[in-house]
Amino acid sequence: MLSIKNLHVSVHHKEIIRGLSLEVNAGEVHAIMGPNGTGKSTLAAVIAGKEVFEVTSGEIIYKSRNLLEMAVEERASEGIFLGFQYPVEIPGVSMTNFMKTAVNEQRKYKGLDPLTASEFLALMEAKKKLVDIQSKLTNRSVNEGFSGGEKKKNEIFQMAMLEPTLAILDETDSGLDIDALKVVANGVNALRRPDNAFIVITHYQRLLDYIVPDVVHVLYEGRIVKTGGKELALELEEKGYEWLKESNS
Amino acid sequence: MPSYLIREHQVEKEQHDILSEVTSGDYKYGFVTDIEMETAPKGLNEDIIRFISSKKNEPAWMLEYRLKSYRKWLEMTPPGWAHLKINDIDYQDIIYYAAPKPKKELQSLDEVDPELLRTFEKLGISLEEQKRLSGVAVDAVIDSVSVKTTFSETLAGLGIIFCSFSEAVQKHPELVKQYMGMAVPYGDNYFAALNSAVFSDGSFCYIPKGVRCPIELSTYFRINAAGTGQFERTLIVADEGSYVSYMEGCTAPMRDENQLHAAVVEILAMKDAEVKYSTVQNWYPGNKKGEGGIYNFVTKRGICKGNNSKISWTQVETGSAITWKYPSVVLLGDHTTGEFYSVAVTNHHQQADTGTKMIHLGKHTKSTIISKGISAGLSNNSYRGLVRMGKKAEQSRNFSQCDSLLLGDQCGAHTFPYIKVENKSSIVEHEATTSKISDEQLFYCMQRGIGTESAIGLIVNGYAKEVLNKLPMEFAVEAQKLLSVSLEGSVG
Amino acid sequence: MKNGFTNGIVRLREKLEAACSEVLARSDDDNGFIRKERERAMASFKRLGFPTQAMEAWRSTDLTATLAQDYRIFTEAPETGQDIGQIFQCDIHHLDTDLVTLLNGWYVDHGQAIRQLSCGTVVGSLAAARLAYPALFEAHYGRQADVAAGGLNAINGAFALDGVFVYVPDGVTAGKTVQIVNIINSDENIMIQPRNLVILGKGSKLQLVHCDHSVRHKRSFINSVSELFIGEEAVLDHYKLQNKDNDSAQVTSAFFEQQSGSRLSSTVITLNGGIIRNNLHVKLSGPGCDASLHGLYLVDREQHVDNKIVVDHMAPDCVSRQLYKGIIDDQAMAVFNGYVHVARDAQRTNAYQNNRNILLTDKATVHTQPHLEIYADDVKCSHGATVGQLDPEAMFYMRARGIREDTSRMLMMYAFAADVINHIRIHPVRHQIDEMVYRRLRGELSVCDQCILDCNAQRPQVFEIDLNKI
Repeated sequence: MLSIKNLHVSVHHKEIIRGLSLEVNAGEVHAIMGPNGTGKSTLAAVIAGKEVFEVTSGEIIYKSRNLLEMAVEERASEGIFLGFQYPVEIPGVSMTNFMKTAVNEQRKYKGLDPLTASEFLALMEAKKKLVDIQSKLTNRSVNEGFSGGEKKKNEIFQMAMLEPTLAILDETDSGLDIDALKVVANGVNALRRPDNAFIVITHYQRLLDYIVPDVVHVLYEGRIVKTGGKELALELEEKGYEWLKESNS
Repeated sequence: MPSYLIREHQVEKEQHDILSEVTSGDYKYGFVTDIEMETAPKGLNEDIIRFISSKKNEPAWMLEYRLKSYRKWLEMTPPGWAHLKINDIDYQDIIYYAAPKPKKELQSLDEVDPELLRTFEKLGISLEEQKRLSGVAVDAVIDSVSVKTTFSETLAGLGIIFCSFSEAVQKHPELVKQYMGMAVPYGDNYFAALNSAVFSDGSFCYIPKGVRCPIELSTYFRINAAGTGQFERTLIVADEGSYVSYMEGCTAPMRDENQLHAAVVEILAMKDAEVKYSTVQNWYPGNKKGEGGIYNFVTKRGICKGNNSKISWTQVETGSAITWKYPSVVLLGDHTTGEFYSVAVTNHHQQADTGTKMIHLGKHTKSTIISKGISAGLSNNSYRGLVRMGKKAEQSRNFSQCDSLLLGDQCGAHTFPYIKVENKSSIVEHEATTSKISDEQLFYCMQRGIGTESAIGLIVNGYAKEVLNKLPMEFAVEAQKLLSVSLEGSVG
Repeated sequence: MKNGFTNGIVRLREKLEAACSEVLARSDDDNGFIRKERERAMASFKRLGFPTQAMEAWRSTDLTATLAQDYRIFTEAPETGQDIGQIFQCDIHHLDTDLVTLLNGWYVDHGQAIRQLSCGTVVGSLAAARLAYPALFEAHYGRQADVAAGGLNAINGAFALDGVFVYVPDGVTAGKTVQIVNIINSDENIMIQPRNLVILGKGSKLQLVHCDHSVRHKRSFINSVSELFIGEEAVLDHYKLQNKDNDSAQVTSAFFEQQSGSRLSSTVITLNGGIIRNNLHVKLSGPGCDASLHGLYLVDREQHVDNKIVVDHMAPDCVSRQLYKGIIDDQAMAVFNGYVHVARDAQRTNAYQNNRNILLTDKATVHTQPHLEIYADDVKCSHGATVGQLDPEAMFYMRARGIREDTSRMLMMYAFAADVINHIRIHPVRHQIDEMVYRRLRGELSVCDQCILDCNAQRPQVFEIDLNKI
């Protein structure tokens, strides 16, 4: 589904990702771990198409297409979803309006008729239950005045609404208490299917107790330095990132 | 409609009517209606004014008022202080009177020129449908002449007078004589003087004591004929304890010449009365090269005469090549309230210099100004507003929030507040910010699959939400669409 | 124009034109540079005339009565005949400054018209500098103060006979604060046109304190123009203190030009004066400049203060901040006219403008016009203006804690003013202004206190409120 080969990425002439390769197949959950500032969020943003990052070499193939040539919204319509680490507030735009626009633009891209209001509202109701999101949140402006936990739940809710084929969750667990963490994890698990995949970016092993990954990668200084099964996360938790630096030098 | 109902409707509306239908960026209302017109010869002089007055069968005092205004106008010069570049206007090259022909008393909709009715259907305001479904009383003014006022009979039952200005001059001369020129004197400014001399029609509305007008009153203005100016005049008098909500919409065909629209709107609110005046202004803005378009030079002013009265202006300005407009409130009575909510969008070569004046004269008066300017393309968009607290306006308050949003680096956004305070117990607060549309917000929308233009439409509508919420429901959805359409082609 | 004043204004105009002809007739420069400048300025004045309230920039300030007075106009330095040493005893407690004095607009040379200080800074008379440093003078004089922009600028340019010249060479940090004291002392009504030129070379640093002060209660009209060039990466701290009698009128125009990476901090404190108009024009010509402009005005009786500020963002990545605050008592009037212009290329501009006013009586008036004109899109600009009273909730809170009402009011006004005073970076100056503001608010400071810098003996500390603890 996703194939990244020898990716190099710079921002303001500073190289952040230095030769990263990654293969993600349908049905898989990949976890990417690593210390701060090693390029995890950059990788997520590059896959989503954030323009400030400059891909200096390498390629990203997604569903047999060159992802780097696609516009941000085209990638989204092709099923790439980024759960933001810091979801932005959009004053005055209600969640309902925002989601309806997104759903129907993506349907239009796929040549489908837009959902009617009642179909859309029914869909919202169904998905709200899935992530245990309160109705009042969807009547408010996008992320405005949401608590940290509400923002993250809102990202999972949007993911449920848009049913992506490749979802990248950028530190969705940070700042969550254990209950919210479970809600987020349950949401993800409910959406797992043989034809979609997840990349879960996290600092801590904690989330991986609830979302069990098939593959764990360790990102360090812009490269994947270690890949293993879910036990790698435990090992990392135990030994800390210092262990990596030692083994890497 | 009671305001709580409107609010509920809006929430519902929002879930049902989202901006998806907007697909074409062209000016949708740019057709010309082929109706037989009766016009005056080009140019302006006392004979033309006499011609207009006699066409309308006016009493002598009205002709005198026109002539007095004309003579005053001759002594005046156009205002030069606005942040606008205006080509010289040749006032002798304008037709000051154009009316659909034949003009006779219309008794029912069946008698209206079918071509004209089709025009209104294209505008989305089928009079018949409006009448049946929405319960909105519509007065339609086409090229200066009021064509049909629906619902008058129903309103008459409540003692409400809602008719064309010409009709009011004939049937209620005492009211017109008493109130006309009270809020906007004939010599108030260059364009008001011109209007007072040559105004051809408009709407008149009188709400008697203690009556809450049960439906929205509405006027649609359209300039149709070439080479004409439109000079309509609206007068709203809300007697003690009454309430009315009034809406105004405007469109014009696409022509490559500039056409002049110099209107006057006057509102008088007596003790405990409330008037809400909403405008969606969508005159033809000219083409992408800046050719053609309407010069919209409008004087709107209300006086809160009686204690506890309230006047509220809401405007969505997306059209016109040049907008020069400052809907104002004179807070004369004690405990009166003035409000101004505005969204002004400029794109391509459009220019807008718009804002308000809040003149506090009574004690414990209160005013609120919320202005949202959005500039794109090569346009210039200015907020200009005066807040004045007179010596006797004890314990009065004003709050102003004037924000500007820039789309692109070739446009300008300007804020020109004027604050004058002459007593120690009043409080005036003004805040303004200018920024561009946030890259983070755009990216967030696009990551969810929303294209650039829709994303901008969405964000801009959110930005303007505070003002759009003030519009009657009938207007809110139209205004939202207009905002998005006006900005198409502005980015990318 | 008001009847009864017209004759006087015509008289002043004729007098100025005649005096200028006299100056031109005996022009003493070799290459004719200053003569051409004066001619150009005079021609401009003849075209523009005096400002009137019909002009947008002057609509809230009426100079009619000021212009109608009969003034003596100097075309050469007058005999002083006074013991200058007596008058200029001013000093700022605990601050050693390089003192420069002007008497009625003329440089008081103490036997040395221009001197180089040990740090390398050159300080002296403008007239002397023109002859001593012709290249430097001609490269900077008249470049910012546009004589076509206003009639009063033009008059100043038509004379520009003397004033202060300061030059800080590249890389030099001026050792001591340079203090300019501008004294008016005349038995007659006088109109004067001082002209100052301050040049900061690349990477240099200067602290400048500029005080205006009048000795006798005769009418005076000061029309001063200063041009201040701040070179690349240079730093200028500029303080202007105004404490003048109620018969004086003053129009001061300061034109700052900032080259890339330079920093300007300007503070204007007005404690007393008849009619005061301060024009401050800051042009940010190079990228990465920083300009902070602060003002405090405390006016009462019939006083009138008008601050007009233009900040012109011409280059990208500059920051400007304006904070002007005022307390207006009795029948006084305050005008704030702030104007920020952001040019098309000035991307990533950060401009902030704030004007806050407290009105103490129903006869006091405030006009505030914080204007923004923006042509670049990647900007953060905001402004605010408020006119109001001392917060009644806070007053109540303090009184509920047992603080007397008048003390509460004092505390509040003082805290209000402290916002501006806290930006003064020269500690002794801050301390002294702080004390003056305190006395001013208690009504203890009047013009009879004479010197802004509190001549003679140091007063006992009457101060029970420490600014920093509020």
